[in-house]
Formats: sequence, structure tokens, C-alpha cells
Amino acid sequence: MKRRRRNTWVESHSLLFLCEGVRGAETSPSCFPGWAQTLIQQWLLYQGQAGSIQPWLHQNSEDVRCKCICPPYKDHSGHIYNKNVSQKDCDCLHVVEPMPVPGPDVEAYCLRCECKYEERSSVTIKVTIIIYLSILGLLLLYMVYLTLVEPILKRRLLGHSQLIQSDEDIGDHQPFANAHDVLARSRSRANVLNKVEYAQQRWKLQVQEQRKSVFDRHVVLS
Amino acid sequence: MESEQLFHRGYYRNSYNSITSASSDEELLDGAGVIMDFQTSEDDNLLDGDASIGTHYTMTNGGNINSSTHLLDLLDEPIPGVGTYDDFHTIDWVREKCKDRERHRRINSKKKESAWEMIKSLYDAWSGWLVVTLTGLASGALAGLIDIAADWMTDLKEGICLSALWFNHEQCCWGSNETTFEERDKCPQWKTWAELIIGQAEGPGSYIMNYIMYIFWALSFAFLAVSLVKVFAPYACGSGIPEIKTILSGFIIRGYLGKWTLMIKTITLVLAVASGLSLGKEGPLVHVACCCGNIFSYLFPKYSTNEAKKREVLSAASAAGVSVAFGAPIGGVLFSLEEVSYYFPLKTLWRSFFAALVAAFVLRSINPFGNSRLVLFYVEYHTPWYLFELLPFILLGVFGGLWGAFFIRANIAWCRRRKSTKFGKYPVLEVIIVAAITAVIAFPNPYTRLNTSELIKELFTDCGPLESSSLCDYRNDMNASKIVDDIPDRPAGTGVYSAIWQLCLALIFKIIMTVFTFGIKVPSGLFIPSMAIGAIAGRIVGIAVEQLAYYHHDWFIFKEWCEVGADCITPGLYAMVGAAACLGGVTRMTVSLVVIVFELTGGLEYIVPLMAAVMTSKWVGDAFGREGIYEAHIRLNGYPFLDAKEEFTHTTLAADVMRPRRSDPPLAVLTQDNMTVEDIENLINETSYNGFPVIMSKESQRLVGFALRRDLTIAIESARKKQEGIVGSSRVCFAQHTPSLPAESPRPLKLRSILDMSPFTVTDHTPMEIVVDIFRKLGLRQCLVTHNGIVLGIITKKNILEHLEQLKQHVEPLAPPWHYNKKRYPPSYGPDGKPRPRLHNVQLKPIAEEREETEEEVHLLNSTTL
Repeated sequence: MKRRRRNTWVESHSLLFLCEGVRGAETSPSCFPGWAQTLIQQWLLYQGQAGSIQPWLHQNSEDVRCKCICPPYKDHSGHIYNKNVSQKDCDCLHVVEPMPVPGPDVEAYCLRCECKYEERSSVTIKVTIIIYLSILGLLLLYMVYLTLVEPILKRRLLGHSQLIQSDEDIGDHQPFANAHDVLARSRSRANVLNKVEYAQQRWKLQVQEQRKSVFDRHVVLS
Repeated sequence: MESEQLFHRGYYRNSYNSITSASSDEELLDGAGVIMDFQTSEDDNLLDGDASIGTHYTMTNGGNINSSTHLLDLLDEPIPGVGTYDDFHTIDWVREKCKDRERHRRINSKKKESAWEMIKSLYDAWSGWLVVTLTGLASGALAGLIDIAADWMTDLKEGICLSALWFNHEQCCWGSNETTFEERDKCPQWKTWAELIIGQAEGPGSYIMNYIMYIFWALSFAFLAVSLVKVFAPYACGSGIPEIKTILSGFIIRGYLGKWTLMIKTITLVLAVASGLSLGKEGPLVHVACCCGNIFSYLFPKYSTNEAKKREVLSAASAAGVSVAFGAPIGGVLFSLEEVSYYFPLKTLWRSFFAALVAAFVLRSINPFGNSRLVLFYVEYHTPWYLFELLPFILLGVFGGLWGAFFIRANIAWCRRRKSTKFGKYPVLEVIIVAAITAVIAFPNPYTRLNTSELIKELFTDCGPLESSSLCDYRNDMNASKIVDDIPDRPAGTGVYSAIWQLCLALIFKIIMTVFTFGIKVPSGLFIPSMAIGAIAGRIVGIAVEQLAYYHHDWFIFKEWCEVGADCITPGLYAMVGAAACLGGVTRMTVSLVVIVFELTGGLEYIVPLMAAVMTSKWVGDAFGREGIYEAHIRLNGYPFLDAKEEFTHTTLAADVMRPRRSDPPLAVLTQDNMTVEDIENLINETSYNGFPVIMSKESQRLVGFALRRDLTIAIESARKKQEGIVGSSRVCFAQHTPSLPAESPRPLKLRSILDMSPFTVTDHTPMEIVVDIFRKLGLRQCLVTHNGIVLGIITKKNILEHLEQLKQHVEPLAPPWHYNKKRYPPSYGPDGKPRPRLHNVQLKPIAEEREETEEEVHLLNSTTL
């Protein structure tokens, strides 16, 4: 039931995006940001966050601007005008308000101004930064776990179980240093969980190999 | 060999027999003095073991023996893992291409059987385009992510956007009406760290606070980048282009283009760029794109099981990488063709073109810079240039060449130091130190404090009336009625002079820091810093020429074009030409570079100045050393890369290069039908060679084929497991028909399916010039040297590289070598007129050589030479 509702919601809104895209194509040479935005929004919808992104749906009205840079003219200093207008209105006469020069000079003043119509997609920027930071955060957490937490846990486990023979293992603070043992151990047992562990250990071994060849032996990438 | 293939295989055996029977009367070589060590060492051997399970290849060179090949296929079930390669080994392009043709034929012949097979064949035919489309999509999207995130993090060093944390400085002030003409980047939403922490925006206190925060962020980004690289994916460091060049030439570095490398490289590239180090994201983007290409090729069996085909995808991917890095799709294709690719057929050209197109399209849709351009420093000029300006352009070319030569020497010397001394043991510390020095020196100078891309943008931009930076602080005496487009040359104001001083300091700083930065263990590209150096030098030269033309407009060179009030010099154009020249000096690219820079500007009229500068810089650079930075790094690391651009001009013969040498133990060979499984296993255990020639028998020594070590091991192992009655004393039979055996002996093991029956052979008198050409053009891994059909030795890619290296050190005498046209080997007849025994010629169990580990083997070139 829930799922069905979400789907219809998605459909109606993707229609809306479509219209927007068409409108964008008419008004600007690039309707791509809207297109990319649609993709990202749909992606987010499927993440199940339909409610929270509702405010994002309509193209942010601040995402277009017409920026006019007017250089110094007679006794007027240079000025930057910034206005939220459509592309066809993006010229000095529509944007420069209030006009700093009297009527006869307007043409001369406006000839020197350069007006640029620009678009951006703040949603894309927001989503990108959020995705980037969350991946970075996860990686950092995992790194901290692998380098700091896991060795301590392992040491504790080892300390309880193999009091006698743990001396030589503990000195090694390299992350993944014990991959070999675990690999050997997990190969003997076989169930789904161990398979995951096995894959992880295999990856660790590979990274260890890479680290050796890059940082210790300096055979590649030096 | 070739003539043998003309026979149908049914006759093949007979003809062979007749040769064998005739051979005893022939004058055969006695190789008493020739000992061969069959060393296909590290540069052989192939790909992911698990990737190509179930692939069964049979070497065929001629179409007419096809039917018997199929027969063989049916007789022997394929052995999983055969035909794959080990880590740090070279692929055999010829074998891979044969494999692909065989596969293609199989699919084609099945096509008409059913609709499903038809669909499968269509899917197979389309998979090439699909995989480049996916690669283009992914690399475009990743480039967008990197651009946006790197911009944001770079600005994070200065301050933060309070109204929306995810905006960078420019986006933060996007809709603000408070920006002024003089200070365009100030708006109330954007807070510097000093404003946030101590509450003042101006004054020495805030400067120091900003300084401290700048260093803090730079250090923490650099530290995060290097520790992520170290913990998760060491292969993610560096620019990646030398390695990709090597991989594309047919080398296997497993994990180099894997998922983790991709993720870590993407993430840490942003951190590295944001930390303000003197590096760029363009080279690593090529690596990122190649990772995408490699990962997507695993979805398609056509590419995942064939290393040669996979390299076609990688070529296209590298084009997509440059396409998004510079927003230059055509430049990307040419870059792939000129710099990276080794094997580049027309089909790959079109796919590269398509991949570059898709990638550029995706990046354009993301619009990372909000200026509807693919790069930050896109500029547009329309001012003409004049003939006399060629002189300063050529001077810039000379500067670029000198910079390139200096940079390559200095950087390689520094990297060698890192590689060979203890100093290389502290990669994290090195990155931190370099980042700290960079941040401390960079902050006071506004031109180095900027993100390098923004610096290039500022230098490229011409001074219109709209510009307010100090670089454009000219004394304005124009009267107000003039129109903006045509600004005459003007005398420079004080702002310009101070800017020139700052630029000079920035130039020295960048030159020094880039030498020490390229090669540290974070993702680091070379394009942007090189371009920045060239752009700074070019801008300085441009302003100098401009002022010269203004003050001395009556000189004969200026008289014609530069009257008072005319706009004849565009300093921004000089910056661009300088950037191209410096990049050309470092990488020694020509065509692709001009196209990339021309795509950056969109002005056709500047092609000639760019060409002049780039060509000059290449000439000047080549005068000091012929290799570009990527080749130099390949040589430093000792990758087995046979450069197609170098010429081989020596007169040595195949016999001089082949192994075994005179003093070595003899060549390790297999006989076709009288060795046991145990014999072969012993041979494999005692030697480290990667392949063994198979001969008729010890007596005749005629070549039958070639068997790879990896294939042998896998085949014997699987036979021992799966086939009944295979024991240590079973005969191994490479021949078509098993010899008649005594009744009580165990079942023979047939290994004909793993035998390469068309190994490449040359005679011992083939000039090395031709052999090197064969290796380059066909991508061979090894080549057997024969004399009268008797196998004498083997030449591997590694042997050729060693030989080239040797020749570089000892300049060869001009006179032909002593053995020229001289019989090399003693007659095979003994003093008594009877043929000598051949047992000494070919010994089955040579003394095992001491070999280092595989990884050490990669380091094959002598590291003392540059």
C-alpha cells in the first residue's frame, strides 16, 4: 500500500519535471541541469526520503541569475547588478535598477555593461556535497576502526584465548597485520558469514600486498 | 612454421614425421656452446585468474585448420584458468587477439541456431558501445562530483557559507546584491574563519587567524588524503598516467584499476586538490575514468575475459578522462592516441570519440562551475594577433622546453632519492611537510593562495573594462565615449607592477614546489601546475611586450600594428601560449595539447601561435633528453614498456639478445611425448621461467610448440584432481597421437590443448631491428629463436628492454659486429664425423636460478641509469 502511493507520487512529479525540462529548453540553451536534477531527485525518492525533499522539487528560484557588470562611467563608480530574471529579459535595461544615469546617458551606460545569464543547480551541489561528505565520513570511520579499534579488540580476544602464544602478534601495529591468520582460519570453516569475512580478509591481504610494493619495496608508483 | 600451417592437420603429423626422419641426415646444429635459459620472466604472464574461468583457447593462425580446432575443443574439456595471467606480467597480444577471433567465430556460427543465440550475438556485437557509454557516463558523473566537492573544500580553507553550508564562496554570493565592483567576492553570507572565531573581518588579528585556519585545513586535508591512500588503496597515489600507459601496452597490475582504487582516488583527489598542494586533478581523472572502464568491462564477457579487448575499452576511457578534465572531447581522443594508447585501431578511435562525447555531455549537464562550461578557465578572445608576436611566443616555447627539461631531471632525481633511500619510508610525514611548506608560503601571496585553476583563469582572462583585479590596474586615460570592446594598450599602473612582482614570486614558488609535489603519495596530476607556471610566465612576458609596444610604438616592428590607441597585445593570450608551451615541455605532447588548449579557448585563430610555441618547447626539451615525464617515470619504476616512439638503430642480431647466453645453463625445454608428470612438475619447481618450448625429442630438437608455465601448472593440477589414473609417472603427451606405451604403464595425460602450436619464431640471424619491430607492432611476449628448425633460445620483452638499456649505456661501435655473416656455432659433427650427442645441447633440468620475488621482478631496469 505504502509503496503504491509512493509510486504514483513519483509519477506525477516526474511528469512535472518533464514539463519543466521542456520549458527550460525553450527558455535557455541548456535544459540539462533540470534533467540531471530530475535524475537525482528520483534517486532520492527511491531512497525513501520522499517527504523530506518535497521542498526541493520546484527548481529553486534562486538558481538563475542575470548578472550585469557595469564599469565606471563618468562620475559613477562601477557597479554589479544581480537580478533573478528569465534569459530573454537578461539585458541592462531590465536588470539595472535604479538606473544611475539620467535618460540621455542610458544608452551609453548600458553599452558598457556586460550582462550574463547564468544557471546553476543548487540541488545538485547540495546532493553532491552530502554524498561526498557521507562517503568520506564512512571511510574515516572504517579507517579508524581498522587502525585503532580492531587491533585493540583482537588483542583483547587473543589475550583471553591464547595467553601463551600471543607475544609475537601484538607488536605489530600495522593495520591488517593479522589478515593471514584470519584468512587461514576462516578458510577452514565455511558458512555465509565466514564467506564475508573471507572476502574481507582477502581484500585486506591484497591491500597489504599493494602497500608493500608501493611503500616498502618502491617497485611501483614511486 | 608458416608452411606447416598450410597442411591440413591430418597431414600435419605425417609431414612432421618425414621431417623427423630426415633430420638425422641433415646438418644439425650442435649447441655445445649455446646454452639457453628459457626465461620468459616477469614480463610474461597474464590476467585475473578468476576472471576467465572456463575460457578455453586454442591457438590457431590459419583458417583451414579450424575444423580440427573444434574437434580438439570437443575432445578435451576446457580447463578453468588456462590462458590467464599473473600479477605483474605482460600479456600476449597475439594470443589474446586469436582468442577473441575464435570466440567471435564461435558466436557467429551459433547465431543462426536459435533466436536466443541471435540476441546473444547482437548483445555481443553491441557490448563494445555499451561499455564505452557506461564508462563515459560514470566518468562524467565522477568528474562533476570531484569538481563540485573540490571547489567547496578549497573554499572551506577560507571560510564557510552560513546560509547554506554546501555552497562554495562563489555560489554563496550567487544571488547577493551586496557585492561591489571592486570586491566582487564579498558578501555577508560568506564568513571567513576570522569573522566566525574572533569576530573581526579586518585587521592583523583576523589575518593571522585566517592564516592559521588556512594552514590547519591544508594540513588536515593532506593528512586525511595520505592516510586514506595508505590504509585503503596504495595504488591510488600519483598521477596514474605512467602506469596506465604501461597497462595499455600490455602489463598486468592487478588491483590498479579496481573498485577500491577508484573510490579512494576519487575521494582523496578532492582532498589533495583542496589542500592547496601544487597539483592538479587532470591526470588522476584519467586514472579514474580508466577504473570505470575496467569495472564496467567486467559486465561484458567479451571484455572481461580478454585482456587485449579490455585495453581497447581502457583507451576509450582515457579519452573520456581527458575529455572531462579539460572539457576537450577531441583533445581527449587525440591524447589517448598520442600519449596513452599502445594499440589504437580505428574502431577504438570511434569508441573513444563516443566515450569522450558522452562524458563531456554528462559533465555539461551537471554544470559544476555554474558557467555552462566544462572547465573553470574557459576563456574567449577575439582579438587578432600579429606576425611579430611569433617571436615572444617562440621565446615562451623555449621557456617551456627548459622548464620541462629541468622539471623532468629534478623530479626524477628526487623520486629516485625517495625510491632508493630511507627517506621513502615516511610517506605520510613527507606529504605533511610538503603541505605545510606549501600552505605557509602560499598564503601571503594572493596568487598562490588561490586555487590553481582560478589562478589560471585569472591569468588567461584579458583585461577588459569590467575587470577590477590588480593585474588590470592600468592607468586609464581613455575618454568616456569609447565602446568597451576595443581597449587600446595602456600604460601599466602601480597595481600591475606589484602584481608582476607577486607573480614572479609565485612562479619561483610553483616551480620549486611542483618538483617536490609530483610523486608524493596522494593523487597528484601535473597538468594544472605546469599550466600555471606557463601561464604566469606568459602573462609576465605579455605585459612586458605590451608595455614595450606602448612606450616604443615607433619601433619598426611595432610601427605597422601598434599605433597609439590601438589594441595590439593581449597578455591573456600570452598566458595561454605559455601554459601550452610548459605543458608541452613536460609531457612532450604536441597535437593533442594544441587541440586541448584550442578547445579551451574556442578561438581558431590562435592555432598557429600555439603550434609554434608547443613545437619549440618540444625541440628545446628534446635537446636535453628525449623522454617526457611519463616515460621517465616508467623508466624509473622499471615497467616493461616498449616505447613505440623510439627508434632502434643498432646492428645486433637476435642471437646476441636471446637467452640463454653462452655462460648460462641450457634452455629448459619439454619433449612432446616422453616426459612424465613428475618430470614436468620438477622442472616447474626448479625453474622460474614462465614458459617452455616443446620439442619433438631430445634427439631431433625440432620445435613443436610452446607451453606456458601457468597453464601447465593449472592443467596438471586439474588433471590430478579430476582425471582418473593420473599419477606422477604418467606420460605427458603434447602430440596429436599418444605413443604406444607398455601395457602396465598408467594412462597418459594429454596436454595438447594448452600447447601454443604457433609460437612466434625468428631465426638466429634476424636483425634485432626487425625483432624489436615485431615485438612493438604485434605486442609479443616472447619469441623463439630457431636455426634450421631447431630451437636455440628465446627472446622475451624483458630481454629486449635490457638490451636497449645496455645499448644506451655502451655506444655500439659503428663497424659491424664480429659475428656478422660468420658461422656462430660449431658444426654438429664431432671429430669422428658422427653427429654429436644432443643431450648436452638441451638439458631437461637446468640448475635453478636464484630469483627474487615477483614484485621485485618488475623492477627490471637498472635503476642507476636515467
